[in-house]
Amino acid sequence: MHGLTSSVDDNYLSDEHRMLRDMVREFADNEIAPVAREFDREGKFPWGNVAKMAELGLFGIPWPEEYDGAGMDVLASALVSEELAKVCPSHAITVGATISLAASPIYYFGNEEQKQRYLTKLARGEVLGAFGLTEPEAGSDAQGTQTRAEEKSDHWVLNGTKIFITNGGVGEIFVATAVTGRRSNGQKEISSFILTKETRDLEEALAVGTGHAVDLEYTPGFTHGKKEDKLGWRASDTTELIFEDAIVPKENMLGERGHGFKNFMQTLDGGRIGMAAHLLGIAEGALEQTLKFTSERRQFNTRICDFQGIRFEIADWLTRIEAGKHLTYHAANLRQAGEPHSKEAAMAKLYCSELANWATVKAVQFHGAYGYTTEYRVERLMRDAKIGEIGEGTSEVQRMVIARHLLGPETTPEKEDA
Amino acid sequence: MRIIVCVKRVPDSESRIAKAKDGLSVDTQGVKFVLNPYDEYAVEEALKLKEAAGDGSVSVITLGGEESKETLRTALAMGVDEAVLLKGQPSVDGLGTAEKLAEAIKGREYDLVLFGKQAIDDDNLQVPAMVAELLGLPCATVVTELQVDGGAVTATREVEGGHEIVEFELPGLIAAQKGLNEPRYPSLKGIMQAKKKPLEEVDAGDAESRLEVVEVMNPPVRAAGQIVGEGADAVPELVRKLRDEAKVI
Repeated sequence: MHGLTSSVDDNYLSDEHRMLRDMVREFADNEIAPVAREFDREGKFPWGNVAKMAELGLFGIPWPEEYDGAGMDVLASALVSEELAKVCPSHAITVGATISLAASPIYYFGNEEQKQRYLTKLARGEVLGAFGLTEPEAGSDAQGTQTRAEEKSDHWVLNGTKIFITNGGVGEIFVATAVTGRRSNGQKEISSFILTKETRDLEEALAVGTGHAVDLEYTPGFTHGKKEDKLGWRASDTTELIFEDAIVPKENMLGERGHGFKNFMQTLDGGRIGMAAHLLGIAEGALEQTLKFTSERRQFNTRICDFQGIRFEIADWLTRIEAGKHLTYHAANLRQAGEPHSKEAAMAKLYCSELANWATVKAVQFHGAYGYTTEYRVERLMRDAKIGEIGEGTSEVQRMVIARHLLGPETTPEKEDA
Repeated sequence: MRIIVCVKRVPDSESRIAKAKDGLSVDTQGVKFVLNPYDEYAVEEALKLKEAAGDGSVSVITLGGEESKETLRTALAMGVDEAVLLKGQPSVDGLGTAEKLAEAIKGREYDLVLFGKQAIDDDNLQVPAMVAELLGLPCATVVTELQVDGGAVTATREVEGGHEIVEFELPGLIAAQKGLNEPRYPSLKGIMQAKKKPLEEVDAGDAESRLEVVEVMNPPVRAAGQIVGEGADAVPELVRKLRDEAKVI
């Protein structure tokens, strides 16, 4: 193996970060690499490894010890995504989505009781979690949200469907948005709620001893829908979430009424940092595999890594990885410090998603016909990379976010009329 | 049960090793260093023995520079209680290193001293036995199974073609072989606590060397393989080549 070393790490990482990185790297090589191909092929969720990752404490990295977390930080969480994604992006997103999409809004916007009841379970990896924003008619465009919540005396009644939800079937604790009314300007008022349901894979969860909590009160009328069959991230669980007269107690509103979308945008800023690290890991994993292959494979009586055509690309590859590290680790540290980081998170995610796609296409190319077979990791990484340009805001949306920081909101004739 | 584990910082086995410009050492630029893998077995065994005994302490000792603190912290993150850095450079001559370690161990309380059977950098396999000799301790090397019952130790050693079981009374010294256990991953709690645990620094000075390195060489470049033919017809030629050319049978 060609483990990459980088002096960028020396600049950003503490001793604790380095120990964490090395531990996760070793775990991924020993426990994940041998099974990743099979789980990808079968589209099977890796319950056994989820239990091992929960035992190591990976699901609670950034949360304080009082909520059963490890008391580390945003950068530490990014490093875990990076190291897991080098070997298996499906494993990485299973952990990443639980931390940065389910636990994160509860940590940042929840009250103490919600944190004690839900965040601790997610931090321990006792159950998995997810968040639901995307709908058939809504995603980055929040005004399209159709899921509605009707207020009753002591509860809310939710109706609607969320789609493409990571950990949707396997998870038990969810955060979802719904329309709770209209504002005076006619726009939809969006709020967020905490909902719970039993994991779809109860048998597997009980067998491995993680993924199911006996003391959660489930939300009546809330369940998962069909599981998606995907191009990549095949061992990660993506489903619909369905609310049919789902009864949510008043105390399960997360954050203030009407702040649902704003809070989710802030959650996504964190999610994007995790995704940037994830995609960086894919680019690094692909490079490690390519260095190994091109140093061993001989054609025309020489190693193929001796050809300049390959050397130049590999030089660009490493240069871009180091640039991606600076963008990602910098955004992580801004978020940790409570500084504005929306633009930096978008830039890191945009850059690393394009890097991961460029890199994995190169990796398959340099592996020749071998790279086109499932025997080599790079074809899987290439399929897994594609979601990076789509999930948690497409590359186009990232560019919108970045441009708004320079130019302010877009002014369209339609909006001027209104 | 008080246990001392001697460890070493070595290049990761996956690192690309190149000769330094002086031709007498290895270029450490860009090389990743780790806790010697055989020492991981020793640390794991020490932690298991302490856990089984229900009390006691595990300390790690290394002879090395400032950078070896990283190696000690890895052991602390695995669950070791305290670490000692003997500041000085180990020697290519195992005896020099053994003298420094023995000197440091002598002044401490211990029931058992553990080592990895070898460090994967210079592969001397000398130091554990030499430390045992200098301390006057019974010593079992290349140990794949260990039982400690009160003060009585039963160790299974790997020997050519089989195993050998030896017994001794504590205090004693064990050098761990692969297979002794499955080393644990450092826990997150361990990682966060590693810096808060005691790390004692002792000015030990460089180990004496009675050997002088005169040259370091790269291993020979592996020649391309040969296909001698297919099926049963090729076997006589294959056997001839293995016997006469490769001289391996």
